[in-house]
Amino acid sequence: MASTASLAAPTAPLVTYLNHQHGVASWLLTKDHKRIGLMYMVVVTFAFFLGGIFASMIRLELATPAGDLLSADTYNKMFTMHGVAMVFFVLIPAVPAILGNFVLPLMLGAKDVAFPKLNLLSWYIFVIGFLFTVYAMVAGGVDTGWTFYTPYSSRASNANVMMTGIGVFITGFSSILTGLNFMVTIHRMRAPGLTWFRLPLFVWAVYATSLVQILGTPVIAITVLALAIERGLHFGIFDPALGGDPVLFQHMFWFYSHPAVYIMILPPMGAISEVIAAFSRKSVFGYSFVAFSSLAIAIFGFLVWAHHMFVAGISVYSALVFSFLTYAVAIPSAVKVFNWAATMYKGAIWLKAPMIWAICFLGLFLVGGLTGLFTAALGVDVHIHDTYFVVAHFHFIMVGGAIMGYFAGLHYWWPKITGRMYSDIWAKVAAVIVFAGFNLTFGPQFILGYLGMPRRYHVYPEEFQVLNVLSSAGASILGVGYMLVAIYLLASLFKGERVGANPWYATGLEWTTQSPPLPHNFEVQPIVTHEAYEYTRREVTVG
Amino acid sequence: MFSGIPLFPEQASTIAPRVDNLYFFIVAVTAFFAVLVSVVVIVFAVKYRTDDPLAVGSRIHGSIPLELGWSIVPFIIAVVIFAWASDVFFDLVRPPDQTLEVYATGKRWMWKFQHIDGQNEINELHVPVGRAVKVTFTSEDVLHSMYFPSFRVKADAIPGRYSTVWFTASKVGEYHLFCAEYCGTRHSGMVGRVVVMEPAAYQSWLSGTLGTTSLSQRGEQLFNDLACNTCHRSDGTGRGPSLVAKFGKQERLETGATVTVDESYVRESILTPQAKLVLGYKPLMPTFQGLVSEENVLALVEYVKSLQASGGGSAVSSAEPAHAAPETRENR
Repeated sequence: MASTASLAAPTAPLVTYLNHQHGVASWLLTKDHKRIGLMYMVVVTFAFFLGGIFASMIRLELATPAGDLLSADTYNKMFTMHGVAMVFFVLIPAVPAILGNFVLPLMLGAKDVAFPKLNLLSWYIFVIGFLFTVYAMVAGGVDTGWTFYTPYSSRASNANVMMTGIGVFITGFSSILTGLNFMVTIHRMRAPGLTWFRLPLFVWAVYATSLVQILGTPVIAITVLALAIERGLHFGIFDPALGGDPVLFQHMFWFYSHPAVYIMILPPMGAISEVIAAFSRKSVFGYSFVAFSSLAIAIFGFLVWAHHMFVAGISVYSALVFSFLTYAVAIPSAVKVFNWAATMYKGAIWLKAPMIWAICFLGLFLVGGLTGLFTAALGVDVHIHDTYFVVAHFHFIMVGGAIMGYFAGLHYWWPKITGRMYSDIWAKVAAVIVFAGFNLTFGPQFILGYLGMPRRYHVYPEEFQVLNVLSSAGASILGVGYMLVAIYLLASLFKGERVGANPWYATGLEWTTQSPPLPHNFEVQPIVTHEAYEYTRREVTVG
Repeated sequence: MFSGIPLFPEQASTIAPRVDNLYFFIVAVTAFFAVLVSVVVIVFAVKYRTDDPLAVGSRIHGSIPLELGWSIVPFIIAVVIFAWASDVFFDLVRPPDQTLEVYATGKRWMWKFQHIDGQNEINELHVPVGRAVKVTFTSEDVLHSMYFPSFRVKADAIPGRYSTVWFTASKVGEYHLFCAEYCGTRHSGMVGRVVVMEPAAYQSWLSGTLGTTSLSQRGEQLFNDLACNTCHRSDGTGRGPSLVAKFGKQERLETGATVTVDESYVRESILTPQAKLVLGYKPLMPTFQGLVSEENVLALVEYVKSLQASGGGSAVSSAEPAHAAPETRENR
């Protein structure tokens, strides 16, 4: 463990949030935001593992054109459960519920979130929703696609649609309550002197996300409820045979599920702002542009949902409006990328593992964002809609963006969370493996998509095989990369070098308290006297 | 070794090169920005690299001109792509006046095509090269999507509505037909091929597989069997309105509104007759929901359409006004 992080070898602090209470009950009944964050991490990591297994079954099946490994029904369940597990139980909670819970109060100089008991309740709601969903998976699975399109989901499917729907419905409340909690915390719990424009950009990102969680999530609850009413009581809402309209479902579903993309990507963007600033030793270029772009994305994100429906029978003119608004919402994302790159200009760039993960994020998010220009273009989208092009595009955003951003943030705050440092070199190796494996997995899918291979195909024409084999090979490299992360992070818990309060010499209140932090975060109430990312005085708290 | 691997789809319709030109333009734009940002990030990471953890970067907080520049330039590029793509889109979704009409029904897990002259095909569609073909279709059960990748066209098949795709095939050959909207167990088996033929070969295919009755004749047969003709008399003396020369025209409704008599309206009037009642007629007609299959509804639609001129089916339906076609999808 060659780490330059510690100048004087720090020793473990006597009292931390981890050791001041012991036993399972002290965790299950905790109101400490840091412990709750870790409890989310356990569940989310399990869901990520589960979703990863489903993904590997998909890629194994697609290594050959024939449907030879799984039956058609099993394959359909695999991609459905992959989507459900990853979207609702990994991407949506990963950064806000894990990293947000852990660092938000620390960043604000607060003892905890505004409503600690509600925070614990959110976790329990999340777990109950997850258990319903896992039960649905174990008891036969679900095969509607994570999008639950009607009338297939309300009439045709014989799988556990109801149980999965209940799981998603319940989990939504966890998301709403977490958003509410964070929003109140940001308004009411800031340390003296921590004005809005001194907030770290991660806080702005979490704030914008909370807005989407509070306003958007009720709509998915209503949609799932309406689906359940139609499926259970044969009340015609979406099924034309009962007098309903199947396209209405798509409007309602995407009215939440498109903004949900921003729930997934805004917090990782915030984490990236923190990491790039910290390892460039500079303030983020265009602070207010980056801050307001988060809010702009959150608000405009509500106005673009029908770009998922350009070939689903919406009128030509509404397609025009939604295409235009989609281009409009792309601009603030582009602004963020340019600002991150500019932040590195004339920085003092310290290429530690979190920075490598952040640079890999930049590369993948760039591709994900730019390929959105294709899907938003009406004349091209007609061809690539529902093909592997779209699959590749959203994986670049969701995995290349959200998951890479989560890992950048996790590597950045890991020493704060655990008080120990992981192996820097292995973390860099893993970042490069994940980056390479990811590109090999999803790069060929752009070509497959433009060739016309539809998504959700169990069997496919033979001419698509080579590209599919490449993709499957990439997926196994990706799997190795993720395993590596799990191994060295777990190893660091036992063998990792102990770190002091501020191993990265970063600004931000979370680095002024010991690692791992005290049960109530700070010994004395911090007072903020300067802007975020003031990299001028190098004598800031080191040990 | 890699010679057999396709990297780019065949261009087999007149619109395909236009879609592809736009595609290549966006490829160029995105490649430029991807390379630009990647190079900048890598150069900065190398040039300003330091191993001194106490080093500090320059005090630069931002630049309004730069921020405005990299907001406005991408916006202008986005507007160019938007305008270009919308222009292509209009031509993709709006069929020309003169089209060869084909009807289709999607159901789990097959595509059933019906030609005007009475030929039926399953998972196969024969069309002539160089002639605009318009496929009007719906679904009998769940959502499907009719997708011809070599033509770059696609539209969802939605139960309860008609959708259309149109194309002018530009190259003789056989191309994929896919279902692009997930529809259950054998979604990936809901595939077929479109066979593009020389006009002469197409004519001989048509006559070689000629059905005994044309689609509109089959519709007429159904019209009599279902006793539609007892009320919808051609002289207008029946309890229902005459259907002669109504297709493509405006019709006044009981509610005071007007409706264009298009495929969707005819279909709706068969399945839910009370929905849009023609002015001056009583709500007497029973619903045929569940009694007539979507394929038979299409035959009836084609029969109503054929009552245009002097009766009898025609391979080319040219009477329909151009504006009616795209609106079929909006018609409620």
